Amino acid sequence: MTTLPTNGGRRPTGAPGSPAASGGVQRRPAWLMRTYSGHSSAAASNALYRTNLAKGQTGLSVAFDLPTQTGYDADHPLARGEVGKVGVPICNIDDMATLFDGIPLDRMNTSMTINATAPWLLALYIAVAERQGADVGTLQGTVQNDIVKEYLSRGTYIFPPRPSLRLATDIIAYTVRHIPKWNPINICSYHLQEAGATPVQEIAYALSTAVTILDAVKASGQIPDDEFSAVVGRLSFFVNAGIRFIEECCKMRAFAAMWDRIARDRYGVTDAKLRRFRYGVQVNSLGLTESQAENNVQRIVLEMLGVVLSSSARARAIQLPAWNEALGLPRPWDQQWSLRIQQVMAFETDLLEYGDILDGSPVIDGKVAELVAGAEAEMMQVEDHGGVVRAIESGYVKRELVKSHTARLQAIESGNLKIVGVNCFREAEPSPLVGHGDGGILTVDPEAERQQISRLNTFRAARDPAAVAEALAGLKEAAASDDNIMPASIRCAHAGVTTGEWAQTLRDVFGEYRAPTGIDGVVTGGQGGELDRLRELTRETGERLGRPLRLLIGKPGLDGHSNGAEQVAVMARDAGFEVVYDGIRLTPRQLAAAALEEGAHLVGLSVLSGSHIELVADTRRELADVGLSEVPLIVGGIIPDKDAQAFTDAGVAAVYTPKDMDLYRIMAELVDIIRMANGLEPYGVAA
Amino acid sequence: MNDQSPSRLGAAALAAGVAAGERTAVASALNLIDDSRPASRARASALMASLPEDRLFEGGHLIGLTGPPGVGKSSLAAALIRVWRGRGLRVGVLAVDPSSLVSGGALLGDRLRLAVGADDAGVFVRSLANRGTFGGLSPEVWPMSLVMLAAFDVVLIETVGVGQREIDVAGLADTTCFVAQPYSGDTIQFLKAGIMEVPHVLAVNKTDIGIAWEATFADLSAVIAGRSTADDWRMRLVATSATAGTGIDELAAALLAHRGWLEEIRIKSRRRHACQGDWVIARIREEFGRHGVAALGGDAAIRRHIDAGEGTIFDHVDQLTARLANGAFTDAQVPQKGGLT
Repeated sequence: MTTLPTNGGRRPTGAPGSPAASGGVQRRPAWLMRTYSGHSSAAASNALYRTNLAKGQTGLSVAFDLPTQTGYDADHPLARGEVGKVGVPICNIDDMATLFDGIPLDRMNTSMTINATAPWLLALYIAVAERQGADVGTLQGTVQNDIVKEYLSRGTYIFPPRPSLRLATDIIAYTVRHIPKWNPINICSYHLQEAGATPVQEIAYALSTAVTILDAVKASGQIPDDEFSAVVGRLSFFVNAGIRFIEECCKMRAFAAMWDRIARDRYGVTDAKLRRFRYGVQVNSLGLTESQAENNVQRIVLEMLGVVLSSSARARAIQLPAWNEALGLPRPWDQQWSLRIQQVMAFETDLLEYGDILDGSPVIDGKVAELVAGAEAEMMQVEDHGGVVRAIESGYVKRELVKSHTARLQAIESGNLKIVGVNCFREAEPSPLVGHGDGGILTVDPEAERQQISRLNTFRAARDPAAVAEALAGLKEAAASDDNIMPASIRCAHAGVTTGEWAQTLRDVFGEYRAPTGIDGVVTGGQGGELDRLRELTRETGERLGRPLRLLIGKPGLDGHSNGAEQVAVMARDAGFEVVYDGIRLTPRQLAAAALEEGAHLVGLSVLSGSHIELVADTRRELADVGLSEVPLIVGGIIPDKDAQAFTDAGVAAVYTPKDMDLYRIMAELVDIIRMANGLEPYGVAA
Repeated sequence: MNDQSPSRLGAAALAAGVAAGERTAVASALNLIDDSRPASRARASALMASLPEDRLFEGGHLIGLTGPPGVGKSSLAAALIRVWRGRGLRVGVLAVDPSSLVSGGALLGDRLRLAVGADDAGVFVRSLANRGTFGGLSPEVWPMSLVMLAAFDVVLIETVGVGQREIDVAGLADTTCFVAQPYSGDTIQFLKAGIMEVPHVLAVNKTDIGIAWEATFADLSAVIAGRSTADDWRMRLVATSATAGTGIDELAAALLAHRGWLEEIRIKSRRRHACQGDWVIARIREEFGRHGVAALGGDAAIRRHIDAGEGTIFDHVDQLTARLANGAFTDAQVPQKGGLT
């Protein structure tokens, strides 16, 4: 068993089903196959990567935990419960070295999903490559580095938009010069779709972002005009693919056509190769269901079809989610299943034996033209709002996304949008896939956090404090000036600076940022009578209690996926609640203080990162500390059944998971929860 | 739970907690003010009567911060709070957001934009919906401001306001600050046309966004040149960037200078007493319309009643309401609206 690809992570050539096996037909090379993974610790993730490579995976895709993504060390109060949960914790160069132990970086193609702290993780990667004795100039891979969509949906931003854009620009300018095969930025339309974007919005906002980034690089003056085509050529995209696979396929063709035109007309790129729309894909997670989760397998296959079908607009790298992503963290077996889907598609089917099978189809051409026209119009809208940065700052883009997302949820509720197993065909046999002791998911060892903190302390004790101080001073100077941030960051990596120290230094210079939520101005359509009835219950109960019912909604911890919390907030507003929306990245103490100051009748937490056990316990304790132990607490998020049971046993008033799609019912339950907490008879309408 | 233990205490004990700046006491007092049940109204009145008079009418600084949506009021407020906290001042904030008129619900998102340093017990933020009062302030704002004045050094009321709608907050704050956008032609037009009352301090915010804010600043300077507010104060104009953190100290200084002016000409207390009258008149007008106010002899008569009488603003409303119910209405056409308690 080999643990490493011998072709440097480049496209596999002699895979089963290639020319010899299929009678000499010339097959096109397959895409890079990856699995987005990482958890617990650098050592555990390293073992996982080696196994995945041995199974035929051709590249790596590193998932970092939230403290690493948001620039906190494992022992920071905000990191509590989050260490090693949604990815690997990387606090310093030793962690990074462990992560790639036995994996020569000059022969690997590594994608790192990292944004606000991208310069730092890239610096650590480069420093480890140097330690390994690799020629840094030959490194291949990608840093996501698309800060724009973090403000819109993913939430792991740290700094305000302008300094963030400058950091992104620095990475581009640095890698184009020093690591020419590196993809310095992966413009993400992926997360826009997760936040509710329609295909038109996805294309428009992604391309508007790309233009903004390129303009910023140009304006920075770091790249001479005659080298600028190379920068355009290095831009790549990270796209989502949903279940409407024909439309999705057309979306990719529309993307390719528009990007070609923008690169040529706006940036004067003459070499057609440098105008190619290069993109990787993670197929849609938004449409994956918790109920009858096994059906997600066929959803994933169909979603993948959309991005491989058209050879002229085919993905260059694909990572598939696991079928049980809506249940919790996938196990190695679940991830293997997703890798095998890719391999069957690439090596068993005849897909790669043909040129573009859609060329010349009037139906496809018509749909592509429609998407292009729509996206161009929406790009103009963004332009009218002063460009993508100002459209984010003003909340325009976010508002449009929340509108689309709300419309989608309404379509699901009304049954106009069918989701098998969710709003139709709900009868189901018990699933043998989740019947085992683990509940069909991977649980991160709670000891992982303590162990990471202990490793971090050992590391801190062993380093040279003077060297660290000097490196940080250099970083601060670079941040405050126009100097590229990368060289100073690489020096920090070698000197033993930690992730938290690197980020804090930049926080001191750039400040911190909170993005607009986009929840104002969105109106749910409302189901007439049902909504009126709900408002009546809310109003009446408010009168009995003396004042309008107030609901505090917030996200403790570092998880920035705020769409669910925002939808509940909007719905509650429309049901007649006064909703105080406190946003993301809160400590349990801050939430308790808010509940007190705002006079909340009920507190709702949303946690999707798997750290719910610690965060819920801490929030309950803090609420009790300010005398609010009687205020009912509800929890929403990706909560496994056994944890949900433990929560309700411990006094949490209700737990909601992705399978609870009926927002009206949830609202009616909230009213009853408040009634019961205040000694009133419940209406029982939700039962 | 809403009636946490402190609010079950006697009014005097609760008031003492508020005056000592205890957070749970302030929270309970605000909940009590918000509570419309008759028994709670009586308790609220008792609380109000027990709050220290000097704090309510002499002390602290009540600042109204207003301006059009999206102008960056919350970020500016957060920056100001940092300045005040740096000077050791304790800050209360009432953040007023629009409600949904249809549902009666509201989405109050200012809190997250205001978030100043984590876990700072020296800042207390209460979000409020304006609860259907068009563009104005709901009735709770003034009594809640008084509770906060009793507890904190600076009280900031943040509201959305454009043109005429910002005057509500100007009517009750010691100092009003209007926040304008660079290139906000509207502000200039409103000021010129007299649609907008001249604020004490005008902040041109977002000077970091790279468009020519200097032009707006110059235009505004020209418009306000030589104009004074009703209290003979020469309006101040400040250029700020909440994002870049520039102009914040100047803004804080301008607000403080106006407070000094009010104290120098000894009208701060008079203003706050006048607000008491405004509040009572507004409640009578809500319940009985202008005919109700007329039946009581008009604004001036109501103010005289308050000055001469005993009791809190809640008591005055109850007394005047009773008087109307007992036949002060002579005009039979005037419909009585419900809620005579």
